[in-house]
Amino acid sequence: MILAFNSVILLLALVSAITALQIKDNLSAAIIFGTYSFLLCLAWTVMGAVDVAFTEATVGAGVSTIFLVTTIFRTLRRTSD
Amino acid sequence: MKLIAGIIASILACLLISVAIELPRFGDPHSPANEYVASYYLENAYKDGHVPNVITSVLADYRSFDTMFETCVVFIAGVGIMAILFGTSKKSKHAVQIKSLPSNNSVIIQTATRFIVPMMQLFAFYVVAHGHYSPGGGFQGGVVLAASLILLALAFQLKGGLAFMSKKAMIGYATAGVLLYAGIGVVCMLYKADFLDYSALAYVLPSTDKVMARSHGMLGVEIGVTLTVMSILFGIYTQLASNGHMDEGL
Repeated sequence: MILAFNSVILLLALVSAITALQIKDNLSAAIIFGTYSFLLCLAWTVMGAVDVAFTEATVGAGVSTIFLVTTIFRTLRRTSD
Repeated sequence: MKLIAGIIASILACLLISVAIELPRFGDPHSPANEYVASYYLENAYKDGHVPNVITSVLADYRSFDTMFETCVVFIAGVGIMAILFGTSKKSKHAVQIKSLPSNNSVIIQTATRFIVPMMQLFAFYVVAHGHYSPGGGFQGGVVLAASLILLALAFQLKGGLAFMSKKAMIGYATAGVLLYAGIGVVCMLYKADFLDYSALAYVLPSTDKVMARSHGMLGVEIGVTLTVMSILFGIYTQLASNGHMDEGL
């Protein structure tokens, strides 16, 4: 059961990490990066590292996504490369 | 250029993988870290500091020096961002000129924010104060407090958020947090103990033995971390959202 859960989480994390790198729209990349953080948070919880999961949920999925979105708000939304 | 970067990255990846094979296996009970230090922490954390959550004990007591400089890193990062963005001119060619900022948010968002923010702040204080017994601690509590302030700034314009914490207050709180952390260490030194050896606080705090003094010392440094993290994260948000001018923004 845990193995299945872990593999689903890791697969989704891999997919979201690659998507966040490849996508042209910066805003979408920021949101997908938040998803990636949230999936990692789930992975930490499965491993029993609840403190790390808490930090990942607040910093990774919460505040850093807001920082990325505000930065995009003040700069460019589409990447050139 | 991309080819060279790719070659360098793949060489580095091969090096990393070859080194990672040598590492002890995950959860190996005979690895050096698990054999000596981890077993000491697990057996003695409650005896030494009366803290059931060993992680808080390791972070804020046994390896307090490390956490103190992590707080300094957060402080320096925030001050650096403020220093870079504060001098940018309004007509910078990199900055996108925003044509129409939303003048006012809807009543639904503002009313919901009024309900949510006190809950978030209460939860943050719970996380800080209860970090000895449950997951959490200064860093997480500070981030939740900063998130509540950012929510205020989002719902009531940047000025509404800055009314709760001005730029001067931000830098003041951040400095006070680092100084509180280091000050607790210096107080310990005044009583002929090592820097950040909280058992010396038993001479300062009334009616505490050396074990409870370590527990209270941990709470003190967690409050310092909370102050720094909260003000620095909110400061970074306001700087990024207003392009360093702190007048109008997202």
